[in-house]
Amino acid sequence: MLDISSHDVVIVGGGGAGLRAAIAVAETDPLISVAVISKVYPMRSHTVAAEGGAAGVRLDDDSFDQHAYDTVSGGDWLCDQDAVEAFVKEAPLELMRLEHWGCPWSREPDGRIAVRPFGGMRTTRTWFAADETGFHLLHTLFQTSLKYDSVTRYDEYFVTTLLVDDGRVQGVVAIELTTGKVQAVTAKAVILCTGGCGRIFRYTTNAAIKTGDGMALAYRAGAPLKDMEFVQYHPTGLPFTGILISEAARAEGGHLLNKDGYRYLQDYDLGKPELTPVLRSMELGPRDRLSQAFIREQHKGRTVEGPYGPVVYLDLRHLGEKTISTKLPFVRELCLKYENIDPVTQLIPVRPVVHYMMGGVHTDMNGATPLPGLYAAGEAACVSINGANRLGSNSLPELLVFGARAGRAASAYAADQPPPSRRLLAGALEEEARLNDHYLQKRGGRERIADLREEMQRIMEHSVGIYRSGESLTGAADKLHELQERSCDVHLDDRGRLFNTELISALELSFMLEIAETMAQAAMERTESRGAHQRTDYPARNDENFLTHSLAYRDAAGRPQVEYIPVTITRWPPAERVYGREPPNGE
Amino acid sequence: MSTYWWLARWSYLTFILREASSVFVGWTVLLTLVQIWALTHGPSANAAFHEWMRYPLMLGVNVIAFLFVLFHAVTWFGLTPKAMVIRVKGQRVPDWAISGPNYAAWVLVSLGVAWVVLRG
Amino acid sequence: MASRITIEVTRYNPARDPEPRMTSYEVPLHREWVVLDALNCIKDHLDGSLTFRWSCRMGVCGSCGMMINGVPKLACATFLSDYAPGPVRVEPMRHFPILRDLVVDTSDFLMKLARSKPWIIRTVEKPADEEHIQTPAQLEEYRQFSMCINCLLCYAACPIYGLDPQFTGPAAIALAQRYNMDSRDEGASERLDSLSNREGIWGCMFVGECTQVCPKHVDPAGAIQQYKLTAATEWLKAMVLPRGAK
Repeated sequence: MLDISSHDVVIVGGGGAGLRAAIAVAETDPLISVAVISKVYPMRSHTVAAEGGAAGVRLDDDSFDQHAYDTVSGGDWLCDQDAVEAFVKEAPLELMRLEHWGCPWSREPDGRIAVRPFGGMRTTRTWFAADETGFHLLHTLFQTSLKYDSVTRYDEYFVTTLLVDDGRVQGVVAIELTTGKVQAVTAKAVILCTGGCGRIFRYTTNAAIKTGDGMALAYRAGAPLKDMEFVQYHPTGLPFTGILISEAARAEGGHLLNKDGYRYLQDYDLGKPELTPVLRSMELGPRDRLSQAFIREQHKGRTVEGPYGPVVYLDLRHLGEKTISTKLPFVRELCLKYENIDPVTQLIPVRPVVHYMMGGVHTDMNGATPLPGLYAAGEAACVSINGANRLGSNSLPELLVFGARAGRAASAYAADQPPPSRRLLAGALEEEARLNDHYLQKRGGRERIADLREEMQRIMEHSVGIYRSGESLTGAADKLHELQERSCDVHLDDRGRLFNTELISALELSFMLEIAETMAQAAMERTESRGAHQRTDYPARNDENFLTHSLAYRDAAGRPQVEYIPVTITRWPPAERVYGREPPNGE
Repeated sequence: MSTYWWLARWSYLTFILREASSVFVGWTVLLTLVQIWALTHGPSANAAFHEWMRYPLMLGVNVIAFLFVLFHAVTWFGLTPKAMVIRVKGQRVPDWAISGPNYAAWVLVSLGVAWVVLRG
Repeated sequence: MASRITIEVTRYNPARDPEPRMTSYEVPLHREWVVLDALNCIKDHLDGSLTFRWSCRMGVCGSCGMMINGVPKLACATFLSDYAPGPVRVEPMRHFPILRDLVVDTSDFLMKLARSKPWIIRTVEKPADEEHIQTPAQLEEYRQFSMCINCLLCYAACPIYGLDPQFTGPAAIALAQRYNMDSRDEGASERLDSLSNREGIWGCMFVGECTQVCPKHVDPAGAIQQYKLTAATEWLKAMVLPRGAK
């Protein structure tokens, strides 16, 4: 039943980072055999949903230093500054490369690539392809990847484990969804590009496929997960679908109202309500502050209880149909098509939703993890350039820059490696047996996947939400671990081989629980507030003890052990994170 | 696919009718050729042709043929804006601005032909 | 609004069932629920073996194409309430082999897409830090065709593809045309060689349904007709002009 194939470099995940890495390998040397293994067809990957744009220095009045400083200060000084410096230098080259590959970047009237302003960036440097930058970026990468013969695709293969032997990662085991066949793919180097894990939370902009598979694969294989306590929220998501209502709706003059129709942000030190929108004030304040205001409003009982939890209202009605249709057509389309609401006549229910994981598999600037042979890039990885809070429009260039770096580094590493060990076969057979014994051929089973998933999401929302405290976090990791144990007793209605999506859901649930536990543990142990990690019991940033990255290792009992390594500071010493006025050091 | 797939949707049916209309376009061309032949072979041949055309069956067939040819022409003109993209000052010219002149030319030519035929 | 609605779904496991059959489920009917929510509700609470693809839930990943009451649609963008009081019939996309329930085999499209060479072809590459100048008007030439999300609803709507699986089909041709019309590309003649034939553009009979069902307003039918015009013009040029004068 077990099939075996062999490549030099295996990439898990076919989104932006994975495809960029694959092309980097193919361009390094066409004789290197590279495989892209993805649980969905690559163009379905979640990169497709990114709307805003991609930051890269472009105009004369901008500089690498300014982009780096915006990134470092936005990340509340938890970024590794050497990585940030490399990132900002390579970002424009990568974006230009996309231009050569056909990405339909929006243009100035004279035909040059246009850039636009973006939240947190102090000057104009965001490249964009209308409202669908991620979509165009992903399809450009995918279509370009088709021309390289050395790239083999394993579409709709779900990777269940990494093959480790002799202290090195030497391949993966995957299930071919179409047939249910178990396939061992050996490799000299493996790159994880599986994206984030927003689905651990109930309210998220993330697609169904974002279950943190790569993070869990690495973690189980012994690589540490870095800075997992940092989870970015977006303040205005639709409650039911999690679809993101862009900042543009507020920039055009949309108001956030509580259940009394009151613009509640004025109560949270975010300025006074004006008739016309004022930058960095009220509805245009920073994302984290807006999300936090929502929670405090909820505690005061002034949010609206909707069928999908508490909401506040985004009011665009006063803008009129003309403004909404011409300035915010995509916002209106999303509301109409996916939530059955017309913002011209109706209030839009919104709430903060989980958007992005700053944390991920611990890597160096070349995507290498501490585990030899294992690389990671994109949202799955933590280099770290995002620190405690990612700046909007930094994630797309990140997956390009570090996808390419990981691809090149993995190629170089693979060139010096001996052929995969024969012992890997035993590992693969063992994994096949596990899948059969635990899932497909197991008798009984009492737990329903959906119930466990909801329970996990409830725990996460309560304990590792926008605000955390020692009280909320106490016992959270234990409860999640308990859920992991219960997930071993999961009942599958579907015991068939062909396209068994229920089996995949069970495996994804187990992955998510693994990561959720690291989040809870790392959040518990970081007794300070920084960026997206806000502790009500430790409201201040503590540079003395916590200018450090957390690293969560999985111990023999399967529990996370958190260690710390220092943040790399090159040129920008920690300073106050400032909104609405010039920073004191005049950077 | 089922043999009757083209009955499942109105658009499929109009497509099949449009394809079928080619037969009647062919019939019309054939008829025109026969008519030209009759005209060049003296008054008696022409009279016989006209006699033949007066049969109820022929009248019926030609009414149907006329409708199909009309339908064929309309679908053809409907296609023109799809195949031709013309931009003026960066804005794509609307469909009617491309098919409109086609229809106008069609009407003008038809009127011209009618004038030539009917004035005598 | 009635509080529940019946949804009839195709169930088929090729390993076990001789042929597909319809199974009915009753699900809650909420104003904001789309067909995909009904399917997820069934999978989570009624029958975990129901099989379908989905991901982004916002009409951009292209995973959840299905036949809904006989029309190809994205399940994430089709409200249940539009079909009240029901029942709603949900079937796998037509013209593709069924792998399981609502999941079809789309690998044929991936092969055809690669044959259309959907990438920029140039004789001389630009230096790495230099951009191509492309005016908004030039961008507009191909922008519409670049919006294809590969959901394949157009293949499910195209009777030509149903009758002749060799036909390259709407999306793959539209994407070839997307690159042909891109001012940065020089590969039009290369693509024409592989698409100006009966399996390619000349296979299209202009039924026009592909354009009707496209959720992204790509207008593949228009793309193919324009492609035909280009191909015919090129052919005429080759016939009329002496060699080397093209």
